[in-house]
Amino acid sequence: MQTVYTDVLVIGAGLAGERAALECADAGLSTICLSVVPARRSHSSAAQGGMQAALGNCAMGEGDGPDVHFADTVKGSDWGCDQEVARLFVDTAPVEMRRLAFWGVPWNRVVPGKSSYFKGGQKYEKVEKEENKGLITARAFGGTAKWRTCYVSDGTGHSVLFTMDNRCAQLGVEVHDKTEAVSLIHDGETCFGAVARCLKTGELRVYLAKATMIATGGFGRIYPNTTNAVICDGGGHILAVNTGAVPMGNMEAVQFHPTGIVPTDILVTEGCRGDGGTLLDVNQERFMHIYEPEKAELASRDVVSRWMTHHIRQGKGVPSPYGEHLWLDIRHLGEKHITGKLREVYEICTSFLGINPIHQLIPVRPTHHYSMGGVRTNKDGAAYGLKGLFSAGEAACWDMHGFNRLGGNSLAETVVAGGIVGRKMAEYALGAEVIFKSTVIDGEARAQEERIQALISGKNGSQSVYKVRAAMQEALNKGANIFRNAPDLEACVATLQDVLGRAREVGLKSSGLGASPELAAALKIEGQVKMALMVAHGALQRTESRGSHNREDFPARNDRDWLVRTLATWKSPEDTLPTLAYEPATQVFEIPPGDRGYGKTDVISAESKKE
Amino acid sequence: MGRLLQFNIFRYNPQDPESVPHTDTFVLEETDSMTLFIALNRIREEQDSSLQFDFCCRAGICGSCGMVINGRPGLACHTKTKDLPSDVTLLPLPVFRLVGDLSVDTGSWFREMYNTVESWIHTKKTFDPSALEERMDNGTAEGIYELDRCVECGCCVAACGTARMRQDFLGAVALNRIARFVIDPRDERTDQEYYDIIGNDHGIFGCMGLLACEDVCPKHLPLQNQLGFLRRKMGITALKSIFRK
Repeated sequence: MQTVYTDVLVIGAGLAGERAALECADAGLSTICLSVVPARRSHSSAAQGGMQAALGNCAMGEGDGPDVHFADTVKGSDWGCDQEVARLFVDTAPVEMRRLAFWGVPWNRVVPGKSSYFKGGQKYEKVEKEENKGLITARAFGGTAKWRTCYVSDGTGHSVLFTMDNRCAQLGVEVHDKTEAVSLIHDGETCFGAVARCLKTGELRVYLAKATMIATGGFGRIYPNTTNAVICDGGGHILAVNTGAVPMGNMEAVQFHPTGIVPTDILVTEGCRGDGGTLLDVNQERFMHIYEPEKAELASRDVVSRWMTHHIRQGKGVPSPYGEHLWLDIRHLGEKHITGKLREVYEICTSFLGINPIHQLIPVRPTHHYSMGGVRTNKDGAAYGLKGLFSAGEAACWDMHGFNRLGGNSLAETVVAGGIVGRKMAEYALGAEVIFKSTVIDGEARAQEERIQALISGKNGSQSVYKVRAAMQEALNKGANIFRNAPDLEACVATLQDVLGRAREVGLKSSGLGASPELAAALKIEGQVKMALMVAHGALQRTESRGSHNREDFPARNDRDWLVRTLATWKSPEDTLPTLAYEPATQVFEIPPGDRGYGKTDVISAESKKE
Repeated sequence: MGRLLQFNIFRYNPQDPESVPHTDTFVLEETDSMTLFIALNRIREEQDSSLQFDFCCRAGICGSCGMVINGRPGLACHTKTKDLPSDVTLLPLPVFRLVGDLSVDTGSWFREMYNTVESWIHTKKTFDPSALEERMDNGTAEGIYELDRCVECGCCVAACGTARMRQDFLGAVALNRIARFVIDPRDERTDQEYYDIIGNDHGIFGCMGLLACEDVCPKHLPLQNQLGFLRRKMGITALKSIFRK
């Protein structure tokens, strides 16, 4: 088996991973990124809308600053975030946007003079200042007090990722693409790297490193209907879960995006609503302003998704062969805007729906979108439980998002956290004396070879990985969706435990030779079901409603008992449930828990005494 | 009942000593809004779990799923079966190394390409984190993004007569990439420096002008315009260097 040594190993080559790798390469460290696809196909490329950073250059962003961004982020999180981390994020974001501009991102810029914009279907005028001409401009997004989302038309992620990957090529960061990590090498205290499988030849390889980072994005594919790419299957998280030592944070915090298109669940950007698009019901009437008079369509995603589902339950949904949906209306924005600043949306509608959004309504429904939970790290991005292991981006629970993330904050997080954690990781790698234990390395390599042989030979059983996966997805969809309650969650956990048993009996139908996609799926399935159980079991225990976690049987946000972060660990491989523990949501309060200004719910305050 | 679709799919697993290149046929009943993404996944999950193909975003954004669909390179994710006859033949993209069945290695090809064209901003300036960003005209920024929209799916390369004949041909995608940096005021490279990269037969002078690259580009990039733009610019550069001698 080939062994590759590097100072720093980054698993994942999306924006967070590559941004961190650049910091390490800059510090003179040898750095390798593993990626299951060519780096530029990472799901970061699909982010359309933009990145929040309080530059305050545009007319509607006047008076903005990191403090305003901070307040929006903490409110958005429904006070579930780590406020120290949120502060670090908002203060660093403007510098990172400027750095990206320096590296080559063609941000849209301020154009001085009068122009019009839409809000809630109404046309308004604004005047951009001459003195700000050519500075980075911004658009509106949900849950923000100011226009703060920097953008490149609606191809922001694509453009930033290409720039980042260019920079990696320039600095000699190696990307080993079509390579998938299948387990971490560790001795229970320190991480030494990973065993990986080449997705071109099927061969196993050992990567040894002083510092290892998990930056593999989200795990939306454990749900059946998601905006996530097919590679967002939790592969990176599973590595950490399987160590038994590293906890996942807030796995029950799962975000649903208001505008997935029906039936394919492809996302159309929040920029549609930010730029003035409206949501309509079966009668083609607006409804969000009834529920949220102030923010209407521009309330945070958890709130809009919930009201949409509620409105459909009131009988106002549009019937279709794929279930009920609502409409997104961007027709009034006009052809120039739609084919310019919303061109990806235009192309998605024409290519996948066969409709023209300049003249027709877009069918949308809330769809699984983002995982606030992930590998729990401290504010330096170091994972709990193992030295030398780091995480950043959606894969991590660094925790600036708490229980609901604002649009435009995740793409910004990838580069901001990638930079901050990358520097910390470089510091660690430069100062660390790591002694690689050959018995641990050989043992892990052999264990993975044996696991693959068992799957190919059918030694464990002959369950179909695809059927087991579908059963897991269906269970989560039924039990751990936008609205949750005890009976459904209990049934979900019970079903998933049964599915876990089946996942342990998977055997391949094919030979498993070469790049074998069936083997890749089979290597992940047990870990995926474990994560699904972390989501469902965590949600069952959390008897309150906070952000995207909405318990019909416990509608109040309960700061008295639940101002905490869930830590889920899979202690022993034979366990059938994760072990849950809790820690305070934040050690530092700049803003005490209060009203968000949208999505009115009851709050049980932290001061109220227990009876 | 929907149409019965017959998929004729190229099969070969280079890692299996017993595998020989051949065509397998699969039959599926067509459903509403079916795309090749849906069809291929169904075939793999229900009929042959060894079938290899690549998808990632499945939304026409990432460029993973380029393949030859009834003779024409395109993205499989946004190809609707209702736009195809009931007989569908799928082949892997040529030019790129085969991984297996419909899956090819575009990553290595593209990494080599952007090392050749040095696909990054060349500047002597250093970044100052305390300074305001350098200003740029919005029109210029939008112009750069127009060319930055390439998803590196490889369709233009696969459809290119020159690329099929000469392995060292950079292809429309690389020329488009160069054009993106030529119009970017942040890149300080001179015309002569660009000429050194593309002023030859594996660059602008290798193109036979067959236009297939632009015909098959799923992002509708103006690939031939960029080639024309570079040829004119490089032609002038070449003349200047002759007179200088």
